[in-house]
Amino acid sequence: MGASLAPGQPTPCVDPAPLGASQAEVRQESGQREVFCGLTSIVWLHRRMPDAFFLVVGSRTCAHLIQSAAGVMIFAEPRFGTAILGERDLAGLADANDELDRLVRELLERRPEIRTLFLVGSCPSEVIKLDLARAAERLSSQFLGQVRVLNYSGSGIETTFTQGEDNALLSMLPLMPTSEVEQLLIVGTLADGVEDRFRTLFERMGISSVASLPPRRSTELPAVGPGTRILLAQPFLSGTARALERRGAQRIQAPYPFGVEGSRAWMAAAAAAFGITPPQVAAVLDPLVERGRQALEPHRRLLEGRRLFLLPDSQMEIPLARFLSRECGMELVEVGTPYLDRALMQAELDLLPPGTSITEGQDVERQLERVRASRPDLVVCGLGLANPLEAEGMATKWSIELVFSPIHGCDQAADLAELFSRPLRRHSLLSFG
Amino acid sequence: MELTLWTYEGPPHVGAMRIAASMEGVHYVLHAPQGDTYADLLFTMIERRNRRPPVTYTTFQARDLGGDTAELVQRSIRDAVERFRPEALLVGESCTAELIQDQPGALAAGMGFGDLPIVSLELPAYSKKENWGAAETFYQLVRSLLKPQVPAPGTPKPSPNRWREEGRRPRVNLLGPSLLGFRCRDDVREVTRLLADLGIDVAVTAPLGARPADLMRIPSADANVCLYPEVAASTCSWLERSFGMPTVKTVPIGIAATEAFLAEVAQVVGLTPAPTMDESAAVAGEGARPPARGLGERASRMPWYSRSVDSTYLTGKRVFIFGDATHAVAAARIASQELGFEVVGLGSYSREQAREVRAAAQELGLEALITDDYLAVEKAMADAAPELVLGTQMERHSAKRLGIPCAVISTPLHVQDVPARYAPQMGWEGANVIFDSWVHPLMMGLEEHLIGMFRHDFEFVEGHRSHLSHGAPAAPNPQGESSAGESPAMAVAIAEPPAGSEPVWTAEGEAELNKIPFFVRGKVRRNTETFARDRGLACIDAEALYDAKAFYSR
Repeated sequence: MGASLAPGQPTPCVDPAPLGASQAEVRQESGQREVFCGLTSIVWLHRRMPDAFFLVVGSRTCAHLIQSAAGVMIFAEPRFGTAILGERDLAGLADANDELDRLVRELLERRPEIRTLFLVGSCPSEVIKLDLARAAERLSSQFLGQVRVLNYSGSGIETTFTQGEDNALLSMLPLMPTSEVEQLLIVGTLADGVEDRFRTLFERMGISSVASLPPRRSTELPAVGPGTRILLAQPFLSGTARALERRGAQRIQAPYPFGVEGSRAWMAAAAAAFGITPPQVAAVLDPLVERGRQALEPHRRLLEGRRLFLLPDSQMEIPLARFLSRECGMELVEVGTPYLDRALMQAELDLLPPGTSITEGQDVERQLERVRASRPDLVVCGLGLANPLEAEGMATKWSIELVFSPIHGCDQAADLAELFSRPLRRHSLLSFG
Repeated sequence: MELTLWTYEGPPHVGAMRIAASMEGVHYVLHAPQGDTYADLLFTMIERRNRRPPVTYTTFQARDLGGDTAELVQRSIRDAVERFRPEALLVGESCTAELIQDQPGALAAGMGFGDLPIVSLELPAYSKKENWGAAETFYQLVRSLLKPQVPAPGTPKPSPNRWREEGRRPRVNLLGPSLLGFRCRDDVREVTRLLADLGIDVAVTAPLGARPADLMRIPSADANVCLYPEVAASTCSWLERSFGMPTVKTVPIGIAATEAFLAEVAQVVGLTPAPTMDESAAVAGEGARPPARGLGERASRMPWYSRSVDSTYLTGKRVFIFGDATHAVAAARIASQELGFEVVGLGSYSREQAREVRAAAQELGLEALITDDYLAVEKAMADAAPELVLGTQMERHSAKRLGIPCAVISTPLHVQDVPARYAPQMGWEGANVIFDSWVHPLMMGLEEHLIGMFRHDFEFVEGHRSHLSHGAPAAPNPQGESSAGESPAMAVAIAEPPAGSEPVWTAEGEAELNKIPFFVRGKVRRNTETFARDRGLACIDAEALYDAKAFYSR
């Protein structure tokens, strides 16, 4: 597969011939899942919307999870926090609601710059059936005109890691105005710089009306309606995509904008949906593709032929596997994914090498047995597993870095590849006698 | 319900994980939802452990809640026992599982694992925290394993001199060191060496590095050393009640405390006369000393370093201390007595040990700050206007924001607080480490002051800042840009005056203040303002400044 992408060769838009892994057997596994819960998404969502506050209604565990996962001690007053349930809250839900109202009042008094408050449900709040939707309604009317109060669940019993963003966006949907206007709606958090770059490129191709969800200001929600075409920037937004479709939007089928090929295909699919001719697209994108491919080349040399094992974590595993196999020449040993939404992954699955081994769900002990048995050159995994695998002599890449780094787009393809080539480079650099 | 932006301690089941992960041959089955596995990274990332903590999580999801979660618990327990073959099994639940009441401990007990010791942990997640969870887990584990050995009531206590009768050296257990504790790995080595110098052996160190079989040897020792009360106090007191084993309670952090510790151990095991140290253990090549001075002066460099003239500038340095109770109290004593600092704030997040912290604060004429709200700590820090902060990772961040030098003395930790080198806090070497690690940030602060002070000299003119001829002129020193060369620490201290009618500096007063050397200017400003406030002055002119100066020099 990799050989078809020699440097300098024109990029295939999307190779239509092979059906790839789309018909491959997908192994289902259940057991201990070594994944974060959806609360973790708050770490990038709050940065995207600086006028929003995320209040987890949960336990000390929730607070500890977020600060541990993100190493967030650097913030003086972060724009997220946890309303920690105490024994009294468990004893009486009426009290819990009063307590929540009190706490929100105090919080909003202290943080007058907040325009949107997300009440984020957690495992304990779900289990005790604390109705955060009603709480959000109640508080919204109390703070009418000042703060909008929304709610969603980031609980581990309902969401993994990146699904938290899906639920957060879903909660904003009812507030999005309806409009028939023709527009492109990019869905999923992107780094601001990357987003600006995409907008510039779309404009160059002739798409001028481009909106984003989530927006940079929580109050400036884009409109949605029959004229809206949605382009998913992240592969974990199943619920949001379907809800937008129910509002009349049409989803553009495309691979995700990782790597030169994926990013080109992603932008080209949007252009095609707006009736822009392939020559117009090529005129804008081909120079980027050429440059991106050259930047990728040194990493490709390091990664080519190396064997890759992706453990399930961020839900970005399948697109990354596609990028690393097709553009970097890596050999896929196993591609784990927390869950598989075939509709959202179709374009990606089509591009995977035939016979790719995909595992949906996890039994971490069994999966680690397979890792040890196959001795891959690189393992993509969560923070809890990285050092133990390194200690067994395997190079690893932490998946959490992938959701915090600007990795989308042709211009970022080399940076993305570098995240994977660095551990290998380091392994070959080090020697102790 | 309580708003928490950041927390010093994790939930109690993380404390249980610390015990399990510290030991060998112990496995912990934790009934917990998907996501709670995040806690693994505390061990693999912060402690850089090369293996996963020995924890199996049930990671239940919403769809499991409709069905039989108890069955999931049993399956997880069975798989874990088969796969890991533990010598002791801990079974417990995290906050969410506590609500669904599957009682995993009872389930495990009924699964027929024969002789496998199973400890059912009940750690109330909605009222307790990490250190309590660690202490409770250690206590329950020790108690379960030792219960068969507990002598019948009325059995006389073992003689503290029994080692003599048995013709062996006295031996003690070191209880409390654990992963994610502060420098436990190195403290154990240092304390073991100290005891060896006295002719005392260490029987069992636990939980760090111990197996369940080691815990069963605990009663074979003559006494227990409660090295970290946060983790081991309840266990030591149970061992005292059940086995008549005396507890050594002094925590040997600092010179005086190390001497007191050695004296206490010697007294407890009946070693007489009081310890004299093997001369070979004295600091090599530094022989001539007044004989009147104690053991610590010979064994550690810290007393001499503190007495040496270079340390004169440490005199009266204002220091703010916050951490777990053990380390905060020890730091206060070292700071005030052994380094000649002035402690201007002392506090702890350890509510269980609040009494000890309050007592220590009272001795220093302070009111202890007992809180787990880091913003309250930051505010107290800013109000106290210290020149050095000794705290946890969070205080390091707060101090950085306030521009105050800081050394970390307590958990919670960052990966950088688990150094590769030998860096104990306890014993003679611990005192050396403490001298270096507390004084260096102050020196760095002083250097920055000097840069500020001399920044108008020609050597500091742009283009002359470096001896490297090709070096580009550096950007203006941001610190030098702050008003009148005030250090940021002082700037912050005055940035938020307490509410009420505050005296205002006149231009003349301000001009006079600026003539005062920068390194005392902050203190003078603070004193003058207090003076003016106390006397109800509306404004501070040069005269008021000198009145205050005269008042404070009396």
